Amino acid sequence: MPETTAVAEDRDESQITGKSIRLEGVTKRYPGQSTPAVDGVTLEIPAGQVVMLVGPSGCGKTTTLKMINRLIEPTEGRIVLGDEDVTAIDGDQLRRRIGYVIQAGGLFPHMTVAQNIAIVPKMLGWDAQRIADRTTELLDLVSLDPDTYRDRYPKELSGGQQQRVGVARALAADPPVLLMDEPFGAVDPITRQRLQDELIRIQQELRKTIVIVTHDFDEAVKLGDWIVVFREGAQIVQYDTPERILADPADEFVESFIGSGAGIKQLALQRVRDVDLKEAITARPGDDAAEVLAKVEKAGHGHVVVLDERDRPLSWPSRRALSRMATIPAEADERTPVIGSGATLNDALDEMLVSNAGAALVTGRRGAFAGVITIEEVMDAIRAVRASASDDLADAPVGTNAGSDDGTGDEVAQDG
Amino acid sequence: MAEALAEPTAADSALRPWRPLLVQVAALLAAGAALVIWLVTADLTAVERETLNPDSLLQLLGQHLWLTAVSTVIVLAIAVPLGVLLTRGPMRRAAGPVLAVANFGQAAPAVGLIVLIAAAPFLPNGFWAAIIALVLYAALPVLGNTMIGIRGVDQRLVEAGRGMGMTARAVLFRIELPLAVPVMLAGVRTALVLLVGTAALASFINGGGLGLLITTGVNLYELRVLVTGAVMTALLALLIDWVGRVVEHVARPKGM
Repeated sequence: MPETTAVAEDRDESQITGKSIRLEGVTKRYPGQSTPAVDGVTLEIPAGQVVMLVGPSGCGKTTTLKMINRLIEPTEGRIVLGDEDVTAIDGDQLRRRIGYVIQAGGLFPHMTVAQNIAIVPKMLGWDAQRIADRTTELLDLVSLDPDTYRDRYPKELSGGQQQRVGVARALAADPPVLLMDEPFGAVDPITRQRLQDELIRIQQELRKTIVIVTHDFDEAVKLGDWIVVFREGAQIVQYDTPERILADPADEFVESFIGSGAGIKQLALQRVRDVDLKEAITARPGDDAAEVLAKVEKAGHGHVVVLDERDRPLSWPSRRALSRMATIPAEADERTPVIGSGATLNDALDEMLVSNAGAALVTGRRGAFAGVITIEEVMDAIRAVRASASDDLADAPVGTNAGSDDGTGDEVAQDG
Repeated sequence: MAEALAEPTAADSALRPWRPLLVQVAALLAAGAALVIWLVTADLTAVERETLNPDSLLQLLGQHLWLTAVSTVIVLAIAVPLGVLLTRGPMRRAAGPVLAVANFGQAAPAVGLIVLIAAAPFLPNGFWAAIIALVLYAALPVLGNTMIGIRGVDQRLVEAGRGMGMTARAVLFRIELPLAVPVMLAGVRTALVLLVGTAALASFINGGGLGLLITTGVNLYELRVLVTGAVMTALLALLIDWVGRVVEHVARPKGM
């Protein structure tokens, strides 16, 4: 199967623990409804990748998701997991092999965190010691202290913590595939961002095949290796990488769904560490200000970066400020725009706008100063993304509503 | 939160719900003791001594409890499975009619129901006639609360369970029923209290129980016999209600 994709190329293929999923001409008709809820969807989900299903509410994206684990039985079509046809096997057995996460975690309130996580392993007949070890491992994975949280009940957890346990529970039996239905819809924006970052980290570690339903296009851009855009009746409008969907929306529907500011959204795709940082003149507290000023003027820079003994930025005085100083001060200036190298360009731009500096200091490991990012680099990065996105249109996975006759998956054709 | 700080508040909140229950049982014991003292010290007539001696009182109490217990067991055996069944898939459509019948059973006056069943030629008399009437009368709260309790379980939890590969049966027994327990137990308690009160009417059709004291008291105009029967029935109902509350408290799933 053509599972090698542009995104997968720079990764180590051997670490992938996920399996590919293929829907072939999958249709769902409800009795008494003239139009099918999902109409002949043929969709290939590459192993070890995150695929986002997005679309307006009622477009059939959730129905499509639930047909993968046959929580909703398809009326027609085939579902293939790895190279096994699972269309007709026992549904309960199938679902024990597929992790499932719903909004707000869906934890059972009368069971402790450990009991919630143990449900699937117990059904699979694991012994108590193995389940206990696995629970500890999983709570560590989702950044919850096992000793603190193991015996708590869900009501004693915050929304974000419940969602983490929900993810841990879905991963309990180490399933190759994880299905998530609006997983971060019920938490506040800050918690949502943290959970998204956490999921990205977990996925880097585990390399499962993850399918996520969301109505939030920004979330899709942030989390997805691939995005499927649906319209009513689960019609696939576009199936491509976030970069290419943003740079080249298939039609007006996708364009309107992306909303305004596609250029801004592309900023969320790039990390600060991916762009070339500018060097800067640095100084230590107690240095002679006139000497430093001479160095800055010689280099043609406008500012000097003051670092503490562990190379962490303290302040960022301008030439004019320097000229008024005798020695470099040791106080930290809270208005100094500082961002981590793992932040997105979007975050960087935010920081620049807030600080009114047109540039920001970038810190690397342990908060040590790594370089300066300016608004020019950000603009260059946007241009580069646009250029490269329209470059290669090949090797996107199959995603059509062609129906069952054309769903072999051998031919990789991408419209648009 | 520091464990040391959390400890006393946790213990405190664990004790708090017990306080009203302790008050309730203390009041009941006091009322029972008052009744006993009144009976022992009162200057009873010959007829009263005949009816109100401890042996016969205990016998009537035993009969009353037996009526209540047997009808409760039958109510549970019928109404709980029926209630569960009426929340399953296609059976949901039958819920309306069945609830209507159960409503009828409760809306009909209990005395009428008991006498009617005893008078019907093809139905038994005495004890079993009383049991049939009591079951009809008390089925509704158990049936209704079973259905309400199960329907009240968050559908997303049911879906989460199915989504994890639990069978429909496992979801019912491990998720839906445990989560419905508080509501179901409230229904059972209501049924029990209804049964204790209504079982007093069994004496009309020779079914025995504390009602006998009341009918005797009315018929012979023996005020003390009448009062003793009425007070004992009331105290028994309150005591059963108390037991029900204790059970509800203990059986409530942890974490809710």
